[in-house]
Amino acid sequence: MGLQAYLTLAAVVFCIGLFGVITRRNTIGILLGIELMLNSVNINLVAFSRFSGDVTGMIFTVFTICITVTEAALGLAIVILLFRIRRTVMADHLDLLKG
Amino acid sequence: MNGEALAFWALATVLVGSALAVVLTKNLFHAVLWLALGLTGTAGVFLLLDAEFLAAVQLLLYAGGIVTIVVFAIVVTERLVGERLSQTSRHLAAGAAASIALAWALVSAVWQRPLALVRAPMAEDLTQIIGDTVQTRFVLPFELLALLMLAGLMSAIYFARPED
Repeated sequence: MGLQAYLTLAAVVFCIGLFGVITRRNTIGILLGIELMLNSVNINLVAFSRFSGDVTGMIFTVFTICITVTEAALGLAIVILLFRIRRTVMADHLDLLKG
Repeated sequence: MNGEALAFWALATVLVGSALAVVLTKNLFHAVLWLALGLTGTAGVFLLLDAEFLAAVQLLLYAGGIVTIVVFAIVVTERLVGERLSQTSRHLAAGAAASIALAWALVSAVWQRPLALVRAPMAEDLTQIIGDTVQTRFVLPFELLALLMLAGLMSAIYFARPED
């Protein structure tokens, strides 16, 4: 399989994740969509790295995986905190910053 | 159709199918389980690209770590609210339009020109090369990453601490 096949797969998964981010009303559901998008970017990095013979892309993938895990932990902690304050995890109801 | 193409199409089917299930299924808990399947499929794609180390990292951190954290968050919010976290979606048409437009733009850009890159055989041990490069050329970002993870996880614990 050529590089383009992997890039196409990553693009499709990215757009599915974007659809989830746009349409989900639950904050945890939005975070799941973000995970999908970040995951598809990793496929891109590894595919480019493999096909160009340069290992840098794979090291970037290690970094992005670690940062994504931290982001997920922090994001879900914020969700739990918001839930304690507002008693809801629906993004529509989290309008504290609305002017 | 050779073995690699067969594996690629199987993994692509699993990945796209589970991704669609993540964004479309009503039950949030099922969505997390579909996400676990999708992340495992991504580990398979990494294996297909000769990145065994990344596949292992993917399984340990993503499929193990993130799924566990999300399940915890669901359990906490569901227990406190006392109702099932089945969920509705909004802006379905707008989301589908934006996603399909972006997908069309990305895919057409990818296939616009033939990419000259060919898959060179990697004779050496890729895991060892990754380890060597991380500890030499990327040692400073690596240490900063450790600091970032420590700070991030500590603040996550601080945010989610029990109320006193």
